[in-house]
Amino acid sequence: MALETLQRDGFLTARLDDVINWARKNSLWPMPMGISCCAIEMMATASPRFDISRFGSEVMRFTPRQCDVIIVAGTVTYKMAKVVRKIYDQMPDPKWVISMGACASSGGMFRSYSVVQGIDQFLPVDVFVAGCPPRPENLLHALIELQRKVAMERTVGSLIRREPLYLPERPGEKSGAAT
Amino acid sequence: MNQVITERLQARFPASVRGSEEFRNDLTVTVRTADLPAVAQFLKDDPTLAFDMLIDIVGVDRFREAERFEVNYTLYSLEHKKYLRLKVLVNEEDPTVPTLTGVWPGANWHERETFDMFGIKFAGHPDLRRLYMPEEFEYFPLRKDFPLMGIPDSLPLPRR
Repeated sequence: MALETLQRDGFLTARLDDVINWARKNSLWPMPMGISCCAIEMMATASPRFDISRFGSEVMRFTPRQCDVIIVAGTVTYKMAKVVRKIYDQMPDPKWVISMGACASSGGMFRSYSVVQGIDQFLPVDVFVAGCPPRPENLLHALIELQRKVAMERTVGSLIRREPLYLPERPGEKSGAAT
Repeated sequence: MNQVITERLQARFPASVRGSEEFRNDLTVTVRTADLPAVAQFLKDDPTLAFDMLIDIVGVDRFREAERFEVNYTLYSLEHKKYLRLKVLVNEEDPTVPTLTGVWPGANWHERETFDMFGIKFAGHPDLRRLYMPEEFEYFPLRKDFPLMGIPDSLPLPRR
């Protein structure tokens, strides 16, 4: 229908939020925060076999100032937490966080004095990825979930009012909410 | 070779050697803490021994024993292809061991690690800072009385 409108009238109407979010979600530039073995799977995700560029995220930048999403891939020690936070703080808004693997999400097998038991203690995490390490497909799934989340955000509207963010249901998925 | 080592050490330092033991052809010599640098220098310089390589320095916490801490030095002789473990003991009140950075410069970071984990001080060390833990950390994690999950709030996290 939209295409017919475009062909007939030569223009489209859309909500500004939708247009901005559509642009944002399809070019999420990752900051590869590869700290340990999860980084190997992250590199595999960028490789031709799994090809993260299918989702517009192939531009891994090694400077946080050009990034949208930080992928924390690996074990974060208390000493490293300050570094991770500093890199996150250097990223321009809007920005998102993917916590990749068991170590970043919960400390993983390192239940010890030196390892942060979950980076959500000092970063606002958007998507957690399970696995030790996660398969590249799993990281891609997290990226798709993040894209769904980005698509729901309010951009210019957020200046007016901010609403709690809920993910839309997937097609064919029953709502789990009890009535 | 083990016999040669013990005999030469006994002859040169009769008062310094506290004992030696052998387990499956691996020799361990315990020496008096104050005499460690002299013994180490001799082990390195003596041509029949020539322990020219310091492999590692390891701290041991023998909790509740009078001399609580052990420091083990694993030496290797490239010429004779021979390992030797050198051991000193210190008590808890004053856990100070003379540094071996003057004998083997590679002892520098090993001693910093042992200080970081056990709080054993190395007298004369040129730069005795923590190696792994943040410098403001107040505890010694590999001591037996340190809890596995650490002391709450001893390691500050960035604000959320």
